[in-house]
Amino acid sequence: MTRIEEVATKTNAFITIVPKSTQKIDGPLAGKTFVLKDSYVTKGIKTTAASKVLEDYIPQYNATVYKKLLDAGAVLMGKMNMDAFGHGGTSENTDFGPVKNPWDLERVAGGSGGGPAVAVATDCVDFAIGEDTGGSIRNPAAWCGITGLKVTYGRVSRYGCIAYASSFDTVGPTARTAEECAKILEIIAGKDLYDATSSPEKVPSYLKNIKTPAKKLTIGIPKEFFGNGLDKEHRKLILDAAQKSEKIGFSVRNVSLPILDYVIPVAYIIAPSETSSNLARYDGIRYGDTRDKFTSETKRRIMLGTYTLSAGYYDAYYKKAQQVRTLFIEAYTKVLKNCDAILMPVNPTPPPKIGKLINDPVASYLADIYTYSQNPVGLPALALPCGFTKENLPVGMQLVGKMFSEDVLLQIGYQYQQVTDWHTRKPNL
Amino acid sequence: MIDVKKIAKLANLPLNQEEEKKFSEQLGQVVDLVSKLQAINTTNITPTSQVTGQTNVFREDKIENDRVLTQAEALSNAKKTQNGFFAVSKVFE
Repeated sequence: MTRIEEVATKTNAFITIVPKSTQKIDGPLAGKTFVLKDSYVTKGIKTTAASKVLEDYIPQYNATVYKKLLDAGAVLMGKMNMDAFGHGGTSENTDFGPVKNPWDLERVAGGSGGGPAVAVATDCVDFAIGEDTGGSIRNPAAWCGITGLKVTYGRVSRYGCIAYASSFDTVGPTARTAEECAKILEIIAGKDLYDATSSPEKVPSYLKNIKTPAKKLTIGIPKEFFGNGLDKEHRKLILDAAQKSEKIGFSVRNVSLPILDYVIPVAYIIAPSETSSNLARYDGIRYGDTRDKFTSETKRRIMLGTYTLSAGYYDAYYKKAQQVRTLFIEAYTKVLKNCDAILMPVNPTPPPKIGKLINDPVASYLADIYTYSQNPVGLPALALPCGFTKENLPVGMQLVGKMFSEDVLLQIGYQYQQVTDWHTRKPNL
Repeated sequence: MIDVKKIAKLANLPLNQEEEKKFSEQLGQVVDLVSKLQAINTTNITPTSQVTGQTNVFREDKIENDRVLTQAEALSNAKKTQNGFFAVSKVFE
């Protein structure tokens, strides 16, 4: 059995193991192996979004991110398990079996990109491309002990990415280190004529820039994000990381970001609204199976979004949420005037046991509290490993920056990873 | 009380009675959770619907041959086709 087959069997991380291809291996990523979350269309290779509705779907075209990686010489090894259509934070809302955490197979790997994170954490591949709408790259990166980058909205083309919430969705890399994320980002970022929301903002030389000693950067610690809702071990480890950052030359200051009470209401009105519209295309006519085949969680989100957009409720819910979204932009802008990056948790607890959250929508939505405010605003966020709980479960933290400040975040991440070794540790799988 | 039957019809989601009951309760709880938003003052705040910073991104009205699917490709995932068309359930009596 190959390593991939072994991990696939033990963790359910893979939906499709891609057979060896005869593509050219030439370019800046020559020979580097990767996997894609199964929400990226790959011509001729089954793409399911982890849903029975698309279980037989074979795309007729390629996602831009996939094409760019192939052109750079990277080799696709698998299409990965996830929460169906991105709907979830544990990779249990899937028709292909829950994705198990390689650090403890009775616990969740995180979501919605559990499969990609497991493949990287278990050394099946060099890197993965995930998709982050409200933490779907960062959450599993933190719970699997690897690095994951949510990019600025529009930094990477979404063409060929099966949509969840079109104004929140981002395409991003996940790998062991910030350095590797920088290298991949250089290849995949940039304006794409096929995605009208992609940004014309110039793509910096991320890899070269992270090694340049940064001007003295300031990291903000928002007190509201370190309150009672956060597990005590997590709080200690993240604040230790802040102290470590000061020792290596970053400035740390306390800031206030008073938005936490409204994150879940804003996120869980706008995202389901957008998804109820995006998933209307699955009518079983041109592709896919019928709508009764959606998982319960997907049906819940479609219905929630239908409700919040419907006549009589639109103003009180959808429009209201978009107004509070404006207030979030103002709150983050204010804080980011006084610091270059905001340090905050990724998950409020260690990874739960499989089965605990899947039937409790309210509890599972509340667990997304630290990762669902950046997407409505469009800000980039880098998740980094920062320690382990006493039960040897990985803990992650995230740095949130101004729009298009991935180079700043990657610089801080790179420097932090020069003086710590959390990111080098591997599960005993 | 959320009218789950009506919402399911609007969303074209066929639900059985058991699902209707289960979702009615769960959706009620989630709507309570998100209704917290009513407490915030948003007078005169303009809604934000997208964060691209861009307006009116157009392209030339020309066919991009690279992206055109052949008829066979376009039909390749359909469960029911007929004479090169997608076959659908009739919508008229």
